[in-house]
Amino acid sequence: MIVKEEMSLRERMARMRVVEGSYAVAHAVKCCSPDVISAYPITPQTHIVEHISQFVADGELDSEFLTVDSEFSAMSSLVGSSAAGARCYSSTTSQGLALMWEVLYNASGMRLPIVMTVANRALSAPLNIWNDQQDSVGARDSGWIQLYAEDVQEAADAIPQAYKIAEDPEILTPVMVCMDGFILTHVYEPVELLSVEEVERFLPPYRPKNILDPENPKTFGAFADPSYFTELRYMQWDAHRRALKKIETVAREFAEQFGRWYGGLIDTYRADDAEVIIVTMGSVIGTIKDCIDEMRSEGMKVGLVKIRSYRPFPTEALRKALKDADVVAVIEKDVTVGNEGALLTDLKAALYNTPTRIPVIGFPAGLGGRDITVRDIRRVVDKAIAARDRGIEAEIEFLNLREDLL
Amino acid sequence: MEKLLAPGHRACAGCSMPTVINLVLDAAGPNTIVATPTGCSEVTTTPYPESAWRVPWIHSLFENAAAVASGIEAALKHFGKDHNVFVIAGDGSTLDIGMGCISGMFDRGHNVKYVCYDNEAYMNTGVQRSSSTPPCTSTTTTPSGKVSFGNPRPKKDMPAIAVAHRVPYVATASVAYPVDLRQKVKRAISIPGPAYIQVNAPCITGWSFEAGTTVEIARLAVETCLWPLYEYVNGELAGVKKIHVKRPVEDYLKAQGRYRHLFRMKGGEEMIRVLQQMADENARKFGLLYEGDVACTSGE
Repeated sequence: MIVKEEMSLRERMARMRVVEGSYAVAHAVKCCSPDVISAYPITPQTHIVEHISQFVADGELDSEFLTVDSEFSAMSSLVGSSAAGARCYSSTTSQGLALMWEVLYNASGMRLPIVMTVANRALSAPLNIWNDQQDSVGARDSGWIQLYAEDVQEAADAIPQAYKIAEDPEILTPVMVCMDGFILTHVYEPVELLSVEEVERFLPPYRPKNILDPENPKTFGAFADPSYFTELRYMQWDAHRRALKKIETVAREFAEQFGRWYGGLIDTYRADDAEVIIVTMGSVIGTIKDCIDEMRSEGMKVGLVKIRSYRPFPTEALRKALKDADVVAVIEKDVTVGNEGALLTDLKAALYNTPTRIPVIGFPAGLGGRDITVRDIRRVVDKAIAARDRGIEAEIEFLNLREDLL
Repeated sequence: MEKLLAPGHRACAGCSMPTVINLVLDAAGPNTIVATPTGCSEVTTTPYPESAWRVPWIHSLFENAAAVASGIEAALKHFGKDHNVFVIAGDGSTLDIGMGCISGMFDRGHNVKYVCYDNEAYMNTGVQRSSSTPPCTSTTTTPSGKVSFGNPRPKKDMPAIAVAHRVPYVATASVAYPVDLRQKVKRAISIPGPAYIQVNAPCITGWSFEAGTTVEIARLAVETCLWPLYEYVNGELAGVKKIHVKRPVEDYLKAQGRYRHLFRMKGGEEMIRVLQQMADENARKFGLLYEGDVACTSGE
């Protein structure tokens, strides 16, 4: 889309600072002025809350910061704060997200618009602190909206967008902003930092209709028997359907005000005439774009579809983006043990009831922090072309599997 | 005065829990927000779309009420609002599964008043042992049997754990002593910071006693010294409810089905003696008897 440029490039360059990814996110959180923040230290997320704590300690952010006893308590306390009418933030990763599992479903079921950064990391065992996306992908059914960031700027800019989506009275659904652990949380990049004033113009104040208030006592979290449960779940599902539009609208509004566009539900890169399309999400997109540029210069028609919103799943947008491709390769940093990559399954399902009958193959990659290189991307493209020309040999293949260790 | 927990809820006839809640809310008043974990009180009072609560109320999960209340208190603090924040929870969620969240809430010093209605087992799921179940109690997971006298372990001393967290106000109470309970709730509110009150709350189905005797059973627990009534302020024992006539533990035990086996099994007498020693130790430790009073050694 065409973005209205409010500022000249020179002005924007002048605003840029080289900061750590975690700082950029913490700063974006500060600009959203959450009332209550509750988090627990876990690598590689910790720097985010350390930076936020410093903002609070320096009086730059007027928030209650709860140093809780676990991630389970972190999310539980935010259930209480959010029900009391507070704008809430947390961040976590991996084991911490797993420990929150029960509360994730509860927060979304109670329609509490909490925003949380997930610094994506592998799940134990074996213990591994490095990046993949098994943690948030594993929470895909928890009722949270999930946005995935390609770079630091996007991870930071997604925070005010996440609040605007979550707090919309038509949506009222918590949002996870997923960013690759270490790769994005610990990298130093030039970033345009937001300001409180700018975010205030973008994000309306949070004024929930239903809160815990003795003046107007309400019951939160009643149990629902079989005569009611389905409809309450349906309403959540329907809110996600509305979010498909809302995520696009909010992304556009953000682009209009700030001049930065990351796609709505999805984004595409050189995909219009592409024969081979790679579908993926997260920080590996930078490498893939470089690789696509190389291959394009060699005359190969390769393009990219980036998933920005994994939940709600952008079925229609993907159908449209992939309908003219010859073959699709999914690269994803997760695997559903006992089946295939989660994104691969979702994508195939999205295409099934359409006339698009092209080979779709998947590559679990970068698990536990293994690098995904340009050479790896080329191998994926070669396999995709082979699948197109000679038929699918394997629907799923672990990228860079070390046969010597098996 | 209108009760803040409305009638028409679905608790068992003879259940002490709604009485405990109403005594607490009556003392706390309507300017109160309550968080309740999953359990009997939650399932009997809030079947959607009904609710018996006339104060703002929230239920999230089984083990997180203390954390939820922490978050409520933090939000109120941020907004400069002044409402009482209470947790009203059973013993399973308090002494077992919610222990971590409670420890965190105590440790962070939230102004949250935590009331545990202690019916000494997981009653909502059908009388399974909790760490609040007293020794020699028959539950569905520690049943008495040919080689078992029931629960083999002592009751976890949760008030002591609260005191160890430097919780400024810690007390025990009983549904049989409503004036005492109300005073303790008011005292808890008057002292800033967290408070913990554990209320003996007989369960008619789990304890199996005669209908209409709920309060008598609770009173017997106090009069036998098996349930001492005391309060700690800033770590110091600040008051106890003295007992005029100390009853033998048999009087309490024989009125309840959960101890029936002790009167039928060989060796049961020895177990009753152990329980009597526990009661005697409570009397000594907390100074429950008046000087010169003599313990009553026979029944009735």
